[in-house]
Formats: sequence, structure tokens, C-alpha cells
Amino acid sequence: MAAIELQGLVKRYGKTQVVHGIDLTIEDGEFVVFVGPSGCGKSTTLRMIAGLEEIDGGTISIGGRAVNRLEPKERNIAMVFQNYAIYPHMSVAENIGFGLYTAKLDKAEKRRRVEETGRILGLEALLERKPSALSGGQRQRVAIGRAMVRDPAAFLFDEPLSNLDAQLRAQMRLEIKRLHQRLGRTIVFVTHDQVEAMTLADRIVVMRDGRILQVGAPMELYEKPADVFTARFIGSPTMNILPARATTAAGATTLALGEQPLALPTAMGTVPADLLVGVRPQQLRVLANGEASDLVLSGKAAVIEPLGSETFVHVEHGGGLILASAPAKAPPAVGEIVRLGAPASALTLFDAASERAL
Amino acid sequence: MSAAASPLALRFEPGRIIAWLLLFGGGLLMVTPLAFMFATSLKDSSEIYDLAFFPAHPTFDNYLTVLSDGRFLRWFLNSFGIATVVTLSNVFFDSLVGYTLAKFQFRGRYLVFIAILSTLMIPTEMLVIPWYVMAKNFGWLDSYWGIMFPGMMTAFGTFLMKQFFETVPNDFLEAARIDGLNEFAIFWRIALPLVTPALSALAIFTFLSNWTAFIWPLIVTTSKELYTLPVGLTSFAVESQVQWELIMTGAALATLPTLTVFLLLQRYIVRGVVLAGLKG
Repeated sequence: MAAIELQGLVKRYGKTQVVHGIDLTIEDGEFVVFVGPSGCGKSTTLRMIAGLEEIDGGTISIGGRAVNRLEPKERNIAMVFQNYAIYPHMSVAENIGFGLYTAKLDKAEKRRRVEETGRILGLEALLERKPSALSGGQRQRVAIGRAMVRDPAAFLFDEPLSNLDAQLRAQMRLEIKRLHQRLGRTIVFVTHDQVEAMTLADRIVVMRDGRILQVGAPMELYEKPADVFTARFIGSPTMNILPARATTAAGATTLALGEQPLALPTAMGTVPADLLVGVRPQQLRVLANGEASDLVLSGKAAVIEPLGSETFVHVEHGGGLILASAPAKAPPAVGEIVRLGAPASALTLFDAASERAL
Repeated sequence: MSAAASPLALRFEPGRIIAWLLLFGGGLLMVTPLAFMFATSLKDSSEIYDLAFFPAHPTFDNYLTVLSDGRFLRWFLNSFGIATVVTLSNVFFDSLVGYTLAKFQFRGRYLVFIAILSTLMIPTEMLVIPWYVMAKNFGWLDSYWGIMFPGMMTAFGTFLMKQFFETVPNDFLEAARIDGLNEFAIFWRIALPLVTPALSALAIFTFLSNWTAFIWPLIVTTSKELYTLPVGLTSFAVESQVQWELIMTGAALATLPTLTVFLLLQRYIVRGVVLAGLKG
């Protein structure tokens, strides 16, 4: 049992509070990703779980046991660092075996575990090499191996893929996901890359300025973001956010945006007059001649980005650029006036003042 | 291919030739006294004041005389033992303090560092009297410990090691902390091997400076059995007459360990000089 529970977690550096009373429960075997921009407190929170940072308030429990005052080695966790932190003066086997430094095992058993870990991670041919003779991906595997060999209750990953190139990052993402499926251990993973968060997580924790903005499954965050920040942070390319005004007459609320008024469902009740409307580029399509849609916008195509399976079109609208998608084989030309459309169900409405979702 | 790009043309660039000539002149200037010392050590006493570079009748008699004098071997071993112990002590304690100052946050850390650093500004000549008073009060005069104690830790070594430990990423130490090592094991097994170039530089500089130490061993010792080699060599000069051929022979023998260390560890010395930003 290795559920991790954070209650009112606080961290201060001098007079500056960087983590503001976080409450979160990570279930046993769950893969949770902390995501947010630099300085949002995600790595600090992870380091507090690991015991590498003092806690200024609140409680951390691992497996039902409060660990606030326990040393990192007493928490039965393993951590993988951004720059791998594999010891350059030791061979791959020694690095992996170092995870068993305090384990009361005989040499033969330690060796067996090191070889087994090397085999699982595809490192068996590299066990006697020094880290300097390894590629970035292999070094990251060694770091994971050192964490794995201890069979810890939970794994903590601190931006472990940031130093890898795009291709290797995608490969390692897959390997980490398979590792989680194989081991079934609790994983807390920190990243600023929303693609990593979306592809790896059972649940994503979106953080900003030391606070949790939203916790949920990847698709839940993608489809029902709690605020503008989460809406823009999750999903690639970024969601379009357009200012709009709502007017109510005879009990019906309509949204003044684009070429035609858009009726809002009565179930929404009273809405503020000033709104922000979010629409994902994948759902805002370039319309064919005469094609109708709930939301219709128009503008001049400024930049065309063919991606193979589809094409993104940057369209000048309202003094800025909005991003829409077009069929891969029939994109508009640069400079062409295009009509863009999205169904009402694809729109997310936010209060312009609080930026919270309605 | 242009003339400028050809290796032959490069070889005869005027700037390069001037640089080579300057380096050759500088090298000659440094090697000449050393070569003269070796040449003199092969001369008979009657030839000493004949300033010819090469001995008229080269002889190894001086070496036999010096080596058969039991005192020389004693002084040689004294110097070797003292330099070794002081070097080991510096490598260990300077690293330990440098590591602590670099990697631990505690109240007064900066003050301690400044205090250690400020001692670098005090010349040895000024320290000799307090050292002497201290050695006298503790009963350390005329003893090996009396020779060694001022150099067992140095501000320079602490400063050097602190600077290097600051370049060691904290992730290594934190990974070891999670792996279950205690703080000393993290220092010994993880941090120390990561600063081997700095350790080598510190060890070499400490050994060489202690091997050639003269003033303090001269002051603190009175028994000839405790003399270090540089102090012992002066005894060839203060007795009835100055026996230059023996002094030069002793000095030639004394440079052998230095030369050996240099030839064996040349790579580390050069790297150490570069790393430490020191003059060799």
C-alpha cells in the first residue's frame, strides 16, 4: 500500500511562500503527473514528498504513515532526476547496484537483481560500461534502473525527459508507461510538458503559483478545463480564447461573437456579460463555401502549417491570430479570406473577470 | 590551396617564430640552473670555482659521499614522511571543510569562509612567531608534529576544494541521500571521486611545497635527526667550509622525487594548474 496523501502542504523560502497549502491524495498504483510552468511549485512539492526539502506546514503520508520527520532513505521511495544523477565514476552495474546500498542482501542476490533490472531495461550488454560511454536515453534507463532495483513503494520523477531530444523523449515516455503497467507502483511525475502529462497520467495535477488549479483525468482536463490557464496549458496547439459579450432578452441569452449571434443553452442560467470563449484549433474548422455552423468567424489566412494528417491555419481575426484546422489536402492559400466554424458543443465559456469556467 | 593554409607556411609565420624563440629562451633560463646543479654535482671539489659548465673529470664520488652519509638518507626520509602525512591530511581535511562550506547551509557559513580566506593574506613570516610560541607552549618544539602541525590544513586547499565542490550538481548528493547513504558516505563515496582533478592538483602542490619547505622546519627543529632535506643540506654550508659539490649533489638528489612526481603526474599537474588558475 503506497498511497501518498498531502494535507495543507506549505513551503516557504524566507518570507516568500512558494507552496500554499496543497491538499491531494494519490492512490496506490496511480500515475499522477504534476504539470505547470516554471516556478509553479511542482518540483518543490515533489522534493517535499521525497524528503529533500523541509516542510513548513501540513502533513505528508506515504502508505498511511506520516513521513514529515523521516529522512529520504526512510520513506521507501526512489527518485529519478532531470540530469539522471548517475555517478560518472561507477559502471552501469555499480550505479544500478547502488540503489541496494542499504539493502541487507548478499552479493550474489544483489548481482542477480542488478542483472534482472538490466535485462528489463535492455541494459544487459552495457553493465560494465561507464556512463560517459552511454547515450542520453541509456543514461536515463540507468537512472530508472537504480530506482527500480530497490523495489520502492513509489517512484518520483523530476522532469526526467527534459534533456532528451524529441524522438528519444517519445520513446522514453512509452517505456516509462510500460514500466508503470508492469510494476503497478505509485508514480509521481513532474513535467512542464503537457504532452508528457496527457500521454502518461492517470490523473494530471495542474499547478500555478504554488496552488493546485485542477486535478483530473487527462481527457477531463482537456474537455472541461476549470479555468483559462488550464485550458491554454493542456492541449496542443493551445486553445483559442476569444472575448465575447452575452446579452439576455426575454429569458434567452445570446452570445455576440462572429458573424451571427449564438444562443446559449438555458440550462446555463445567468451568465456574466463579459465572457471569454475557448475553442480548440482542432474543432475550429475552415468551412466550405456555403457551409453553416453554430459559431462562424472569418478572417484572412496569414500562415499555413501543413502537418501531414491535417493543416493548421493561422487566421487574422479581431486584431490577433486565431488557429484553425483545415483538411490536409485542401488547405486555403495564404491571403485568402476564410470562414471558420465550430459547433456550440465545442465551446468552453469562461467568466472574463475571474477566468474561471462557467 | 592558399599559402596561408599550408602547414609549411604556418610553420614559418613570423609571430609563431617569435613565440617559439621567447618560449625557448624562457625554457633555457629555467633549465640552466638545474643543468648547472647536475653538472656541478659531477665535479671534483678542486673544480668548483672553475666556472666551466661541463666537469673536466666527471665523477660520482660526491653521490657516494652524500649517500654513504647516514644523515642524508634520514633527512630524505624525514622530508618524504612529513610531506606525505601533510599531503594526506590536507587532501582529507581541506576537502571535508570545503565540501561542508560548499554544500551545507548553516548560520555563519559565509563568515567562517571569509575567516578562513582572510588567513591567505597573512604571510608565513608573520605566522612563524605565533606558531613557535604555540609549539613551545604545547611542547611540540623539535618534533615531527611540530614541523607538520601548521600545514595539516590550509586555507588555500579549503578554498580550492570549496570552489570545486560547488561545481558538483546537488542531484548526485540527493540521489545518494535517497539511496540511503549517510552524510559522510555521500562525501566519501560520491562527492570526493567527482573532484579527483582538484584533489590531484591539491595533493601535488601540497607535496611539492612541503618537500621544499625550509623556514619553519629550520626554526622548529634543533636535532639534526629531525631535519628535513632542505634544512639538512644547509649543514654542508655552515660547517668548516661551504662544500658546494656536496650541496649540489644533495640538491640534485632532492629534486629527483620532484622530477619523478612531475614526470608521472604531468597530466594532472597541468590540469591542476589550469583548474586552479595557479602558477606552477
